[in-house]
Amino acid sequence: MRAGRDAAGFPEFLPVTNAPTLEVRNLRTHFFTRAGVVKAVDDVSFSVERGKVLGLVGESGSGKTVTGFSILGLVDPPGRVTGGQILFQGRDLAKISEEEMRDLRGNRIAMIFQDPMMTLNPVLRIDTQMIETVLAHKKVSREEARQRARDTLGMVGIPSPDERLKSYPHQFSGGMRQRVAIAIALLHEPELIVADEPTTALDVTIQGQILAEVQKLAQTTGTSLIWITHDLSVVAGLADDVAVMYAGRIVEKGAVSDVLDHPLHPYTAGLIGSVPSRNKRGEPLRQIPGMTPSLLNLPPGCAFRSRCPRAAEACMAEPEIREILPGREARCFLPLTAAAEQAA
Amino acid sequence: MSQAVMNGAAPAAPRKDKVETPFRRFVSEFAESKVALGGLVVFTAIALVAIFASVIAPQNPYDLAQLDIMDGRMEPGTVGGAGFTYWLGTDDQGRDMLSGIMYGLRISLMVGAGSAFIACVVGASLGLLAAYAGKRTDTVIMRLVDLQLSFPSILVALMILAFLGKGIMNVVIALVIVEWAYYARTVRGTALVERRREYIEAAQCLALPTHRILFRHLLPNCLPPLIVVATMQVARAIALEATLSFLGLGVPITEPSLGLLIANGYEYMLSGKYWISFYPGIALLITIVSINLVGDQLRDVLNPRLKK
Amino acid sequence: MTVYLVRRLIQALFVVLAMSVIVFVGVFAIGDPVEILISPDADQLERERAVAALGLDLPLWHQYLVFLGNALQGDLGRSFVFNEPALKLILQRMPATLELAFGAMFISILVGLPLGLYAGLRPNSPASKTIMAGSILGFSLPTFWVGLMLIMVFAVQLGWLPSTGRGETCSVLGFLGVQPCGAGLQWSFLTVDGLAHMAMPALNLALFKISLVIRLTRAGVRETMLMDYVKFARAKGLSPARVTFVHVFKNILIPVVTVVGLELGSTIAFSVVTESVFAWPGMGKLIIDSINVLDRPVIVAYLMIIVLMFITINLIVDLTYSMLDPRVRLETKGA
Repeated sequence: MRAGRDAAGFPEFLPVTNAPTLEVRNLRTHFFTRAGVVKAVDDVSFSVERGKVLGLVGESGSGKTVTGFSILGLVDPPGRVTGGQILFQGRDLAKISEEEMRDLRGNRIAMIFQDPMMTLNPVLRIDTQMIETVLAHKKVSREEARQRARDTLGMVGIPSPDERLKSYPHQFSGGMRQRVAIAIALLHEPELIVADEPTTALDVTIQGQILAEVQKLAQTTGTSLIWITHDLSVVAGLADDVAVMYAGRIVEKGAVSDVLDHPLHPYTAGLIGSVPSRNKRGEPLRQIPGMTPSLLNLPPGCAFRSRCPRAAEACMAEPEIREILPGREARCFLPLTAAAEQAA
Repeated sequence: MSQAVMNGAAPAAPRKDKVETPFRRFVSEFAESKVALGGLVVFTAIALVAIFASVIAPQNPYDLAQLDIMDGRMEPGTVGGAGFTYWLGTDDQGRDMLSGIMYGLRISLMVGAGSAFIACVVGASLGLLAAYAGKRTDTVIMRLVDLQLSFPSILVALMILAFLGKGIMNVVIALVIVEWAYYARTVRGTALVERRREYIEAAQCLALPTHRILFRHLLPNCLPPLIVVATMQVARAIALEATLSFLGLGVPITEPSLGLLIANGYEYMLSGKYWISFYPGIALLITIVSINLVGDQLRDVLNPRLKK
Repeated sequence: MTVYLVRRLIQALFVVLAMSVIVFVGVFAIGDPVEILISPDADQLERERAVAALGLDLPLWHQYLVFLGNALQGDLGRSFVFNEPALKLILQRMPATLELAFGAMFISILVGLPLGLYAGLRPNSPASKTIMAGSILGFSLPTFWVGLMLIMVFAVQLGWLPSTGRGETCSVLGFLGVQPCGAGLQWSFLTVDGLAHMAMPALNLALFKISLVIRLTRAGVRETMLMDYVKFARAKGLSPARVTFVHVFKNILIPVVTVVGLELGSTIAFSVVTESVFAWPGMGKLIIDSINVLDRPVIVAYLMIIVLMFITINLIVDLTYSMLDPRVRLETKGA
């Protein structure tokens, strides 16, 4: 994980070859609604290296999904990327034309959506939906495209792919549909996959299978993965790094073991505390008091202030994200450093 | 409970709205469309003209003493024997078209609004009943609605007038029969959703009498879609009445609505005397369009599904 | 699927029966047929004899059964005015009405779909706003008045198009064995003169449907555009044209086809107005004339035929719908 220097706005020179697959710098995506400007993503920076998995964690409405859409250039009006850089293999996606972006989408960068029941077009057969994806980026014959679709379906563990290609989405279970969606994402062996809570809507057993397979695929193909989720246990088992979002901003990021074992930000600590686990059986579940603030009328100062057990006078000012321990950043004036330092 | 109080107090308000007062928000959102606002102003003016037709019309077109057959089929702008200008021309009887239109508007609006109102009362009551009683009552009422809505309005009206014959009352009856189903369907749909909400359960727990739950609790919350449908239906009723009268199945010649005025001018149109049909048509058009503009905006404002 | 079909057929049968009762009771019981059927100069004895001959002294349910029995044999009574079987009169005029209705539906799709698609894809552009304003107008304008204006402009002022009638028709053999008007069915759309006569009435009749198709298409586009699968299609890197015409369009086509199909019935019903304005010699003009002269057998026959037509159309649309949409197709299998 890179140091927080680039928050100051000075992109350092990096040779393209060593660059991470994706580097997001000070990304801002705002929605200009009738009621006002919603800062869905505000000053978000992170990077993902080749073959690594970044877990992007937060509650619903924290801006994770919009971050994902921003990377793929799929933010619809009234939303707009208003600032920052999205460097994909050194190219700033925020600046390239829609044509160039379309060339990357589904090809070099793929996305998997949250609800598998909704991502496949109900009136088109699976083969149509897969072949069109192949043909959108490769000049091959329909037959070759079909071959590719079949192979990929087999790769994600769909039995008798030949038959399945001729089916409609409603003939599949939720888990199967998500496998199809993953297969579509893998068709062109992309460098980066943005997975937006792809297992949330699935049964736990299916969730486990899909996680294991995705992890394997990422390792073998060198694909980088941004795994958007609200589920810390998924991140714990899957991700290398984690970034925690709250109210459109990243409040903490670092290596997954560091962050989960010794969170610096009180919000991260609260999230971890509210995960039910075996070790804490019998104890009452802890919870973060209050609700996520509306992004429309975000009060000045730290957005988590009103819910934070450590909130103090200083929190009336807006904290910047800063490196608190080596390789660990948090957006907090009063981070929980004691335990973390001890461990370090 | 607090939600119940809020909903009860402000029926026309979209739910989930806690920031501004719902009514003010409604007004400001409605006023966002200048076109709709214009429609409202125009419609108000038309309604006033219709109501005060006997006061402001230059002539009583149905008082034969005031008519001069010598002034028949005069072009717009001619000065007639009675000494005043026929701004919109005269028909074959020498009636001032402007006055005829004002009186015709009165009949059209009366029939349209009257039938829409009766249909609304009948339809909304049946819809509420269907939603609240459920089971067999619901099935019977909704089958009837479905059956009726599977036939176009003009056909149903035609059928009823074929049975009953001409006359203002018969037209109103036909329009009510054509329209009640729309209200019933709308109210039932909303009421079914509302019924499951906590505030109705709360009211039931308090053992309030059924009619009170229906009309004081359920109905107010079904009002937004009902208002939209009612607005649109007034326009439809006016248009349908005009059509029926044009076909000679509607109002009698002694009380001509806009539709009948247009029909009267039909035969003269081919000889180039366009004004006898044209101006009543324009009046009809402006009336219907202005109501529809208002209704359209009402729908946009009151429909929670389109809300972002 | 067969279970579904049979159930729908039985349902349809019940509706036909119910409607026949309504029509019968409406036309024969509310008004007094004696006054229309028997000359006012007839004396008491003659009247009674006629009443008995027509079966009007029988109880209502008995009269209905007689009517139903005759109807099943294709006898819906004789027209007082034309002194011909009512059914024959109506069937003779049916081709004129049908070609007008189909012409109108063709125009409505041809014009409505592209406009609606555009308005849905660019909801905020001035052109879309104009289209939508136009569609409000299309809904608001009473058909008959637009018809009059068309005549005024294109027939009276410009003299481009004929104002009334069907023009030259071309005869094509009727359906196998059924030749309701002797030699064959007469069609206007097969001759240039016929087409010229058809242009205005068809456009007039289409006006409302154009607005409807525009609105449906636009609403469908806007709703579908918000769907995850459209975003996913974009995330796959498909071209905007492919997203629009395959992913969005195919989803909208189903409801639009359904509604336009359903509208065939209402188009035929509304042709009553258009036919009256343009003196188009179809079923609609016949029914209005018949109502005005109280030719009851024709009224009953028309209403029964329209009812049958509607129920058939609804049935066909339901079946088509279940074939077009794979989801419906599978779900109804179990039902």
